[in-house]
Amino acid sequence: MPFKLTINDKQHDVDVDPETPLLWVLRDTIGLTGTKYGCGIAQCGACTVHVNGDAQRSCQIAVKDVGEAKITTIEGLSPDSSHPIQKAWLAIDVPQCGYCQSGMIMAAAALLKEKTKPTSKDIDERITNLCRCGTYTRVRAAILEAAKQA
Amino acid sequence: MTTATDHTNLSRRAFLLAAGAAAGSLTLGFGTKPAAANGAANYAPFTTSTPEITSWIVIQPDDTTIIRVARSEMGQGALTALPMLVAEELECDWNKVKAEFAPPSENYSRKVAWRAKAQKGAPASHELVTHWGAMSTGGSRGTRDSQLYLRESGAMARTMLIEAAAKDWNVPTAECTAAASVITHTPSGRKTTYGKVAVAAAGITPPTRVTLKDPKTWRICGKSVRQINAPLKVNGSLAYGIDVRLPDMLYATIAQCPVFGGNIKSIDDAKIKTMPGVRQVARLTDSTVVVIADSFWQAKKALEALPITWDEGPNAKVTSASIAEFQIAGFAATNAGVTNQAGDALGAIDNAARKIEAEYHTPFLDHANMEPMNCTAKVADGKVEVWVSSQNGEAAHAAAAEAAGVKLEQVYVHKMHLGGGLGRRGSYNDPIHYAVLAAKRTNGRPVKLVYTREEDMSHGFYRPASRVIMRSGFDDKGTPTGVHIRIAGQSINAWHFPDRIKDNLDPAQANGFHKEDFGYAFPNLRVEVAMRNTHVPVGVWRSVNSSQNSFYKESFVDEMAHAAGKDPFEFRRGLLANAPKHKRVLEIAAERAGWGKPLPAGVFRGIAVENAYGSYQAVVAEVSVTDRGALKVLRIVNAIDCGHAVNTNIIEQQMQGSVVMAMSALLYGENRVDRGRVVDTNFDTYQLLRIDEVPVIENHIVPSFDFWGGIGEAGVPPIAPAICNAIFAATGKRIRSLPLKHHNLAKA
Ligand code: FES
Ligand code: FES
Repeated sequence: MPFKLTINDKQHDVDVDPETPLLWVLRDTIGLTGTKYGCGIAQCGACTVHVNGDAQRSCQIAVKDVGEAKITTIEGLSPDSSHPIQKAWLAIDVPQCGYCQSGMIMAAAALLKEKTKPTSKDIDERITNLCRCGTYTRVRAAILEAAKQA
Repeated sequence: MTTATDHTNLSRRAFLLAAGAAAGSLTLGFGTKPAAANGAANYAPFTTSTPEITSWIVIQPDDTTIIRVARSEMGQGALTALPMLVAEELECDWNKVKAEFAPPSENYSRKVAWRAKAQKGAPASHELVTHWGAMSTGGSRGTRDSQLYLRESGAMARTMLIEAAAKDWNVPTAECTAAASVITHTPSGRKTTYGKVAVAAAGITPPTRVTLKDPKTWRICGKSVRQINAPLKVNGSLAYGIDVRLPDMLYATIAQCPVFGGNIKSIDDAKIKTMPGVRQVARLTDSTVVVIADSFWQAKKALEALPITWDEGPNAKVTSASIAEFQIAGFAATNAGVTNQAGDALGAIDNAARKIEAEYHTPFLDHANMEPMNCTAKVADGKVEVWVSSQNGEAAHAAAAEAAGVKLEQVYVHKMHLGGGLGRRGSYNDPIHYAVLAAKRTNGRPVKLVYTREEDMSHGFYRPASRVIMRSGFDDKGTPTGVHIRIAGQSINAWHFPDRIKDNLDPAQANGFHKEDFGYAFPNLRVEVAMRNTHVPVGVWRSVNSSQNSFYKESFVDEMAHAAGKDPFEFRRGLLANAPKHKRVLEIAAERAGWGKPLPAGVFRGIAVENAYGSYQAVVAEVSVTDRGALKVLRIVNAIDCGHAVNTNIIEQQMQGSVVMAMSALLYGENRVDRGRVVDTNFDTYQLLRIDEVPVIENHIVPSFDFWGGIGEAGVPPIAPAICNAIFAATGKRIRSLPLKHHNLAKA
């Protein structure tokens, strides 16, 4: 079934099963592999993208439900890694293997948009993504740092 | 003590590598171009650029310095730390360094260096002849095993570059120095750059003597340096194995018999053959079926709809409880192997004025790397290519050749970044095997095989379940007179490397309890291991047996301290008189944590010390436990002596990560077995730590500069016992089994 999707401010025409999760349309159909698969059941957040600016787990969104929503993936967060979260991430050298980091960064960027000065408690509540490498200490530091710069 | 080393003889590897490079002409037979994803290639294949100055270093005219890395990158920082060792001696500008993987296939095809033993997974007839040395990335060996030949290669290349410049200027080499990729003729002040003399340097005969720097004068190493490819990890552009995209690529997903050792009885593929996108339903082995389709989602949907009847085989009734019973019987087994024995422990305990005894156990644990297992394979025109995130490029090479039934020469392995390794992506090449088998059936079209998380976690190589009984006797003053330890657990080597088992003893099962790593001096000691192997596949899981054994040992030593009425820090310290490195980190951790000083109300401390993967670590944990039993781990103070600290940034990352991984296992980790299969197959019941549970982590990196230790795994073992010892201090409850979620810490 054909769908028109707006991803990173570009329109994409795709023809897929309406039940296909957005995650797999992004990765396999469109080729935006920065968004990762980790669990498929809303647990890990590796697949986090922005849907109209909100952090959402793309493994849980059927493509038929996307409609006119504006989707932003890690590739579209900034053209040159200049988003305050990306800058703080580099300054603090957050990533280890890096696999969870797209999702982590998208979750953090959404939090920062909603609360320009998030507290540590906000981070506890809103950053629910899993990182097997255990980068959490630096994730927290980088979000607080980005908030300071913003 | 390591000081500047004047090598009369270079290590054999460094010498042969340099010689090989001078003679080497490089050929890369083939290599499929990656598909453009939104216009950009999503990984950079190895290019064998020139000119090579030793096999490790390529310097381009603009001074760009490419340093090759033989090991894999899984977040542990090999791609940064190993080039730092080369760059330190090379005296190049670190900002001009790029790292690239040395390809396994070329490691084989250059055939100039040495003979490594055939890798696991290689047919016996294939003895691998490798060029850049071991590519296997595990056991926290990357730095400590290769540091010497990497530093030597850097020093050799520097010598060759200086010689090339001196020749050009017609001056003695002794009058020239190099720093930050610039060569200076000191008397005249003339300067040139590495890039300008690289071609000439490549033709110079490598030196047979080099002098290595005193590590205390390091300028690049020993510092906090950012991971080299971090920028690619913050914009989604770094390609992991799972991200490979190739022209005409098909997708596959897999089902293996859920009961280990069982087989497929029948499948009814007619039911799914007409589903959208489905290309093939293929039984790859007696126990394995894949659906190959136009997209992963189509393959997954079809496989879920495929009626499969399993022949579950003899293990279909096994449960966690039956495994526990079987392992408990190991406590009385008469064929246990013995390691680390001194005096007469059994007699000393029998005659002791006081004795204590405790039984501990831990469950199976999956690696649960964030990137699920996957591999992409292409079999066409007598050639096999695989794209894989592997901890062992050579084993991947051998496994692909074996699965395809071709010679090693016909295989090319593209090493991809790993979304975590933790041991799962080392010797266990199942996704490579299955991807190649699938790709043999698709007429040359590449196939990307991706395991669902559930399949990945149902077919792991788990940290083995194990148990232990520990007994100790004391004299009337509370001094320990004897300690007896009986481990009963599953052997990893029995599964993968049975020839490492001698006299019924798999030494790995006693890691942490050996003479070399135990540390504590007891006059009478006996450590025994009863192998109790189950049908559940087991494997190396970050810090391997040390991860459970440290929980056992350091918790029991704490029990001993309390039984003796002594402070747990002082008690350990007294027993570590002959283990100065253990003692040193113990004292540093205690001092930095303020051991013995008052704590805020409701906060309690625990301590532990360990020697694992060649490094020494001590931990002080601070916790609080509410009356209703809610635990909060507040602070972890680590002191780590890894001998030489190459990159303190990466060490800190590894220590932070170790705390998190150890706490996931401590609080939540278990893969229960029921009806012969693993029950916990995704993160809903196999929980991992999240950000709100992470304590403050303080790391004190205190290298003693007289050995080289590992770091990737060293940090995990003592975390759990330090926390459990703090829980005891807080509640009086001794935690003797994991995970903690099964314990009620509430006040009675
Ligand atoms: S893949 Fe979507 S939450 Fe894990
Ligand atoms: S950085 Fe590896 S999983 Fe988060």
